[in-house]
Order: sequence, then structure tokens, then C-alpha cells
Amino acid sequence: MYAFDIERPSTIADAVSALKAEDSQALGGGQTLIPTLKQRLAMPSALVSLGGIGEMQGVCMSDDGAVCVGGATTHATVASETANSYSGLSGLASHIGDPAVRNRGTIGGSLANNDPSACYPAAVLGSGAEIITNARSIAADDFFEGMFATALDEGEIITEVRFPVPEKANYQKFVQPASRFALVGVFVAKYADGVRVAVTGASEDGVFRWSEAETALSSDFSASAINGLTVSADGMIGDLHGTSEYRAHLVKVMTGRAVAAAS
Amino acid sequence: MPKDSGVIGASDKRREDVRFLTGRGQYTDDIQIAGQAYAAFARSDVAHGEIVSIDANAAKAMPGVLEVFTGEDFAEVGGNPAGWLINSRDGEPMKEPKRPVLAHGKVRHVGDAYAAVIAETPEQARDAVEALNAEIKELPAVVDMKAALDGGPLVHDEIETNQCFDWGWIEDNRAATDEAIKNAHHVTTLELVNNRLVPNAMEPRASTGIYDPGTDEYKLYTTSQNPHLTRLLICAFVMGIPENKLTVIAPDVGGGFGSKIYHYGEEALVLAAAKKVGRPVRWTASRSEAFLTDAHGRDHVTKIELAVDAEGNFQAFRTETYANVGAYLSNFSTATPTFLHGTLMAGNYTVPNVYVNVKAVFTNTAPVDAYRGAGRPEATYSLERVIDKCAREMGMDPVEMRRKNFIKPDQYPYAGAAGLEYDTGNYDALMDKMEELADFAGFEARRKASEAKGLLRGRGVNAYIEACGIAPSNLVGILGSRVGLYDAATVRVNATGTLSVMVGAHSHGQGHETVFPQVVADMLGIDAGSIDIVHGDTSKIPFGMGSYGSRSLAVCGSAVVRATEKIIAKARKIAAHMLEAAEGDVTFEDGNFTVAGTDKSVSFGEVAFKAYVPHNFPLEDIEPGLEETAFYDPANFTYPSGAYTCEVEVDPETGKVTIDSFTAVDDFGNVMNPMVVSGQVHGGLGQGIGQAMLENTIYDENGQLNSASYMDYTMPRADDLPFYTVDHSCVTPCTHNPLGVKGCGEAGAIGSPPTIVNAVIDALQSGGKDVTHIDMPLTPARVWSAMNS
Ligand SMILES: Cc1cc2nc3c(=O)[nH]c(=O)nc-3n(C[C@H](O)[C@H](O)[C@H](O)COP(=O)(O)OP(=O)(O)OC[C@H]3O[C@@H](n4cnc5c(N)ncnc54)[C@H](O)[C@@H]3O)c2cc1C
Repeated sequence: MYAFDIERPSTIADAVSALKAEDSQALGGGQTLIPTLKQRLAMPSALVSLGGIGEMQGVCMSDDGAVCVGGATTHATVASETANSYSGLSGLASHIGDPAVRNRGTIGGSLANNDPSACYPAAVLGSGAEIITNARSIAADDFFEGMFATALDEGEIITEVRFPVPEKANYQKFVQPASRFALVGVFVAKYADGVRVAVTGASEDGVFRWSEAETALSSDFSASAINGLTVSADGMIGDLHGTSEYRAHLVKVMTGRAVAAAS
Repeated sequence: MPKDSGVIGASDKRREDVRFLTGRGQYTDDIQIAGQAYAAFARSDVAHGEIVSIDANAAKAMPGVLEVFTGEDFAEVGGNPAGWLINSRDGEPMKEPKRPVLAHGKVRHVGDAYAAVIAETPEQARDAVEALNAEIKELPAVVDMKAALDGGPLVHDEIETNQCFDWGWIEDNRAATDEAIKNAHHVTTLELVNNRLVPNAMEPRASTGIYDPGTDEYKLYTTSQNPHLTRLLICAFVMGIPENKLTVIAPDVGGGFGSKIYHYGEEALVLAAAKKVGRPVRWTASRSEAFLTDAHGRDHVTKIELAVDAEGNFQAFRTETYANVGAYLSNFSTATPTFLHGTLMAGNYTVPNVYVNVKAVFTNTAPVDAYRGAGRPEATYSLERVIDKCAREMGMDPVEMRRKNFIKPDQYPYAGAAGLEYDTGNYDALMDKMEELADFAGFEARRKASEAKGLLRGRGVNAYIEACGIAPSNLVGILGSRVGLYDAATVRVNATGTLSVMVGAHSHGQGHETVFPQVVADMLGIDAGSIDIVHGDTSKIPFGMGSYGSRSLAVCGSAVVRATEKIIAKARKIAAHMLEAAEGDVTFEDGNFTVAGTDKSVSFGEVAFKAYVPHNFPLEDIEPGLEETAFYDPANFTYPSGAYTCEVEVDPETGKVTIDSFTAVDDFGNVMNPMVVSGQVHGGLGQGIGQAMLENTIYDENGQLNSASYMDYTMPRADDLPFYTVDHSCVTPCTHNPLGVKGCGEAGAIGSPPTIVNAVIDALQSGGKDVTHIDMPLTPARVWSAMNS
């Protein structure tokens, strides 16, 4: 680690102005950022902790029935607070990392980081959620721009994420054995106007929607509806933990299991 | 009635756990020395390169920097030697390139240290390492062993080859073995990889060097499994310090698994630096450094053949193995693939012909050396996989085939075809117990239940034998060892009757502090709580060889017994004097010396007091004091054996393997503390399952370590492991050590990998998949690929 200063603002406005300083960086739960600093792979001059900002904490329901999660809410809080209102989301959050990670890591940090194997991007894209920042609202379909890349501008903070609640949903994660991130994770959500299927872990372009499966499942929401589909290995990640063919295969298997388990 | 604590056979809770579990352990990094400075190492980020120049001027000018060292500073001192000389088949000695304290001229693997900075704080030392201006010209690297032998870039130019040795065992058996294979009814051939493992002790390596100019004495705190061996290597080979001027202290050590047997350059560096800067110098490895520089384990590529007659009787085993030794020879790297591997290649069987060929190969990777089991897991894996394959090819039941070829109880001592003489064993009894405990009879019903869930169930079995208690100096000397392998103990009875037992064995998780007192207490009939073990400090303990190879109890425990016998003999003399009786009339039982047939007796405590307050004492016949030392050098290795089985379920859609049950039945000879033994087996099984299912060390073709953190290197976690059934009730006591013990530390890691692979192959074949072998680790991706290729 290199030396840095730390700021602990209590309002979004103060955080935004603190982030204007050169080389300053937002700190969520630190579950990605702190290991990066320890390895001396980043050298921010100041970290602006978002953990003390009350308006970015917790889960609530909006008037139109969406589940609204504060940008600095931990995975553990999401897991417990959405258990009744959005069990698919709660299930996903409860399987991120281990208890220590879930008690510190935040939804905002996970989405801003957009690790291609992270779980939350699948829920956000699969739910057609809205990402609210200090400056604007971004639709999930416009937010993810490939591995570790998002629509966020320099110094922009995710303050809240709004999830429309589906009739049924489920997330199936096939873990990468070492990190236990998703080797392939599939989030399936059935809404009145159609089914969304979002896949994480698999593609070199990061989280994506499997549109053929969405079409098939929108007319027949059963695991067998995707039997005839195939997933191409082109553009899938191939690494120590699985070939691109294996990942392509798992996309289909996990989608089928998510549909079967959706509730 | 047997007592339930403080004696041999009792499951005493581990007293050392009180401090370990409450955070009061004192590990090297916990021991803060006033005025200490910190070392950080500059490590190569290329696998092979020429050190063109190192400009340290900027680094030296950084805040807090005290000194910078490079390979140049150690060019004149010795190198870190290999502890075992192997001769090739043609009689030529192995190639032994110098292993310097810091790389000099060339760097040879990623992580190879070429400079070190000493500074006031660890951060300042790291900053200065980044400011070093080193020009390292990258050279083509060689990672694959066959490429290394086939004209690949030379790791050490001066030896003009990448082959360390080409060893044949036993060379005189070669022709007969070839002949047996040529004429056999059936030959099964299997090519396999024994995957490279990173040891991953919970505590990373750490060392603090101290130098006192007033006395010219050095002191080294370090993470070692054998402080005397470390001292010997540093003094006699690397730095030329007189042995009486160096104290090595290995305090609490958080696991070793072999990787802390060896002397590493960082230990010499902190000692040299302490003298040069006049301050204690400390270094603690980061986890990344541990991945890159701890001696790795395994890494064999083997072809094995098994010849059988029409009834399935074994006629011959023949193997050809390439063993990766990495970029430098670590201290036991040449013994591990040879005498700890080739000599076990007859297994538990009455096979008449065995021939083993091992080629050790230098590559641009971290050094490879002994890791829990050391050579024996490699031997067992090859044997027990090829036997399983052979049974399938012959249409025989794998248990039946093994039983048919077992050495029978009435055949001991049995001189096997791979050169060892086994003293005792009963392998059928182990198999019987295993079949009973694992409910073999219920397997078909369980298989049907799995099928109903869409899963393939398989069962694997394995029989192993290993050579432990390493061991007889005469024997290992003939085999090329440059050290003796006895051990030593001093039993010091204090004036008030409590005991301090100084042992050469080193406990880094094994439980010596609990078990050795049980043995002594049992012999003396006193409270185990009044006995403490002292270990790990060369200034306090007799010269012993430390702990590895499941040797602590079998070798050092035997020394403890011998020293305690001497204590009893002397105490009896003193008691006879006190009781005014002839020594021959004095009996010793339950801690009391009694004149036979009378009620005249004195307690052990009274005798101890007399020894230190020798009033009215026959000083002309008996010296005062009560302290005895014994060195013990065994007559043979010990031969633990076992029968293991497990059942797995394979998900055919994803290739994911789940271990449903695991049964380990071991013959460890007499058991001193069943709970500690079970714990050792559990740990070994965890590591064996890690190797079989999860762990893999992957270098890319440029020698970069791709699996260099826990993001990519899969350590076993609790939920990867099943509940184990372990049993050690089948006992054939070792015939040649006083406790009849054999050693239990490595068995689990030796016996489990083939058990699991055999089970997975069984599952896949039961599902109609034509898969005869998958290399470890059996990750879902590999199993799925095997099913679908
Ligand atoms: C052992 C381990 C296991 C894990 N397993 C999983 C897993 O299974 N699945 C999974 O999805 N993830 C996993 N993670 C990652 C974890 O979910 C992290 O919490 C997450 O990736 C980052 O969130 P954070 O709050 O810790 O962010 P930080 O590490 O603090 O920050 C990450 C990045 O996001 C930025 N940032 C933080 N908060 C905001 C915000 N509100 N707005 C804008 N930018 C922000 C930071 O500047 C930084 O660039 C694991 C992590 C660990 C250490």
C-alpha cells in the first residue's frame, strides 16, 4: 500500500466535492479496492469513504413498487432486507463471497467495478433496473460497457439502484472454484411483459442478455423451452478454470436451472 | 482399567491449542526485537533473464534506507546445497548447480530474488525496491520438462544440460522387468500427471536475523521445521559461521507441510544484513512471495505399466517419470522423486519385478521439493491408478485384484522388489474394516438413489503403504543422504519432580506438546501436566533433525523413551540407596519405587529431590542431578499402511464432483493419542482432496505463474470436504521401535488422491462414458471435457 488520505463525508454532496480532488477515489466496502491497494496496483491520493452517508444506506419500496437499494448498502443487508420483497435478488446477494465480504462489500462498489464475473450485474441487467447516480438515472441496458467498464463518469457516485420486482426470478451461480465468483451466473426474471435473462461470468464483453432465451421463455416459461437453443463459444471467456465451450454449455444449463427454480 | 487422560492411548486435548486458539501463539513475526530494521526483496518478474546491471544509487538515497544488497555481495560465500546425492544410471553424479543467496548473473524463475533493501520500515524497504534500477535482459524460458530435455534453453549454462540426473531403481532389475512385461498375459499402461502444488502454510515464511558484535554471535528466528538442520546448512555450507556462534530459533510455526524443512536464501540474507547494518533485520513473506518462492510439491509426469498373468497376478511394474526440480535444487529435491518414491513402487504387493526410472529436470519455475507425503503420494497415485485401470481391463473387481496380490501377514518381514524390507502389516484386515465401515453392501442401492437424482455415483478404493520415520542413518547414507536421520531428546527432571523434555522434533501443528508428555507420564507414572516439552531452539535442545516424513514420534519419540529409561535406571539407583535395599530388589510402578515384597517405598518426586539435594548421597557411585540424553537411530523405516474408499456423485450436466463419503482405515501401529491421530488424518485427507479435486499450479509458457493467488489457486474449504470416517483400530505394531509406532502425518495425503480419481472414473463408466483417466485436479471443467471429448 502507498500512503493516502481518507475523507469521511456524511452527505452525497460532500462526497461529490471531495471526489473532485485529483486522484481521489470513492471507497465502498473496500473488498475490491483495498486488495488492489495492498498490491500497490493503484495509488490514489485520497479515498472518499461512502460508508457514512446515511442517504445511501438501506432498502425501501418506492411508490411504484420498485425495490430501492441505497448505493452503499452491503450485500448482507440486501440479502436480509429483500428476502420478502424480492427473493431472487436476496438469494443472489446471500451467495456473494463469504460473510466477511457480504458485511462490507456494497452494491454500488460491485456495479461500479463491473467485474465480468460479479453477481450483481446479472441481477441489475436481468431486472432492467435503474442506476441512480448523484447526477442522473441510467438504465441497466446502458450502464454496462464491457469488462470493468461502465457508463459512470469520473467522480460519479452510484447513490441508489431501483429494481422493478418480477413475478418470478432466480439466480443460478456456477462458481469458479478458487475465487467463488461466478464462472457462469444466470439471472432469469419473469415480468408481465416478458422474460429477461442476464448472464455473467461467461462473456469477454462482460454481463449480457441472452435474447434467444428471453424470446423462448417469454412464450413458454419452462426449462424445456430452451432445449433447442445453442450458445456459441465465440467471445466466451476461456481461462484456467474452463474453456469457452464449457462456459457456453453452462450458460444453457444454468438458465434451465434458474427457470426451474424461479419463484 | 486404562486411565482416560495423561497416559499412552488417551485422547488428551491438545494443550498447545489453548494459546493457538486464543491468539497467544508466538510466531516469528510476533517476536519484535528492539531496533529492528526491515528487509524487502527485489524479485524477478521474468522467468529467465540476464542481470545486466543493478543501479542502487537512487534506492540508497531513499528515506529510511540503510543498505542494499545484490548477488555481488554474496558471490564469495557458499551456496545452498542439495542434501542428497543421486547418481545417474551411468554412474555419473547428479548435476548440482550453485544456488546463491541472491541471484547473480542470471535470474531463473519468476520470484527469484536478485537484490534486497534494508530500511527503517517495511514500506520504505518496498519503496526502495521499486526505485532499484535493474536492467534484466529477458531470455527465452523453459517450463515444460520434455522441452527442457529436448534442446530447450539452458537454466544453468555451466552444466550444459537441463537434466539433473537419470536414475534407475533398481538398475539390476531392469532386464528382468522388461522381460516380464514383454512376456506378460496383459499389460496395462497409464500416462498421468501428478499436479504441482503450492504448500500454502497458513503462516508465510519469516526470518529475523540478529548479530551481537560484542560476542560475535548470531541469532536467527525463523519459520523452520528443523532448526538444527537450518543451522547446519547456514554454518557449514552457506555462510561459514562457526556453529557455536549461531542460534536458530523456530518458535511457533504455523504449518510447514515440507516447505519449511529447507533453508532459503532470505535466512542467510537477514543474518548478513544484521551484521552489516548493526541492527536486527526482519523479513516476512507476503502471500504473493509465498506462492512464487516456497518450494512447491509433486510435479511428476509418469508413464506406468503393470504386467499381469491371466489370473490377475502382478508380474511387474515399470515406470518412467519426469520430475520437475524447478530452477534450483532445494535441499531434499533430489531425494523426493528417487528414494522416497522409487522404493515405494512395489506398494503392498508381492510383485516380483519393479523398475523405476526418474529423470529430474531443471526448468524456469520455483524449486520443487518434499510436500506432505513427499514421493510416496506420487508412487501411490501411479500404482493405485494403474491397478484400477488394469482391473477394469481384466474385468476383475478392483478390491479382489488388490487382495489377490497383497503381501500376507505370515510373509513378514517381507523384502519387496523395490528394495525395502517391510517389518509388519495386515492389508486384508484393513480392507475388511474398510468394506464394513463404508457399507459396501449398500452401494448398489445408493447408486440407484443417485441415478434417480440424475447423478452418477462411483466408488473408488485404494491400498497404500508408505515408509515413514525417516530414518536409519546407515541406510540413508548408502542411498546418498548427506545427513544422518536420527533424533535426540533430553529428559531433565527438576528438583521438585516436574520435567522438561528437550526434543529435536519440531512441532508446527502436530501436537507434540501434548503427546510426548503422555508417553513420559505413562512411563514414570506421574501427572502429564507436570511435564513440558521444549523444542525449536538450538541453544536449548540436543542436536535433532526436526519434523517431516511422519518421523516425530517414531524417531524422536523413541529417543524420548530411551532417555526416560535412563532416568528410571538412575532413579532406581538413588531409590535403592534411599531405601537401603539392593537395586535389583527395587521395583518401579505407578510412580513409586518399592522394595519388592515390602511396604517400603519412595515416590519419584522424592527421588528427584534427593538427586538435587544430595545429602547423605553415595557421591562416589552416583552423580547428583537427574537428567539424561538419548540419541535414537532406528533400524529401519516404519511402514504405515491403509485402505481407503470414497463414494462420489458426478453431475453429468456440469461435471461437478461431490464427495459423498470418505472412509480411511489406517494401520499406524500403536496409537498414543487417538484424537490427535484422527486430526492428522483429517488434515492429510483435506490436502489430498485438495490435490485431487481443486489445487493446481499453472505456469504459462513464459514461466509466469498464472495461479499466483487465491483468486486462481483453489484451496480446499470446509464445504468441499465430506464428513470422514477414520479408523485406526487395525494395529500391527512396528517391530523395531520401543513404542511400536509408525507415523500418521502424511497418510491422508498419500491415500486419498487415487481413491477419488478411481471413484470418479467408476462413476463416469457406470454412466456409459468411455473415460479411463483424467488428470488431477478433477475440476468440473476437466470432468465435463473428459465426458464430452
Ligand atoms: C473473497 C471475496 C469474494 C468475493 N466474491 C464475490 C462474489 O461471489 N460475487 C461478486 O459479485 N463479488 C464478489 N466479491 C466482490 C465483492 O462483492 C465486492 O464487494 C465488490 O466487488 C466491490 O464492492 P465494494 O463495496 O467492496 O467496493 P470497493 O472495493 O470499495 O470499490 C470498488 C470500486 O468501486 C468504486 N466505488 C465504490 N462504491 C461506489 C459507488 N457507490 N459509486 C461509484 N463508485 C463506487 C471504487 O472507487 C472502486 O473503484 C468478492 C470479494 C472478495 C474479497
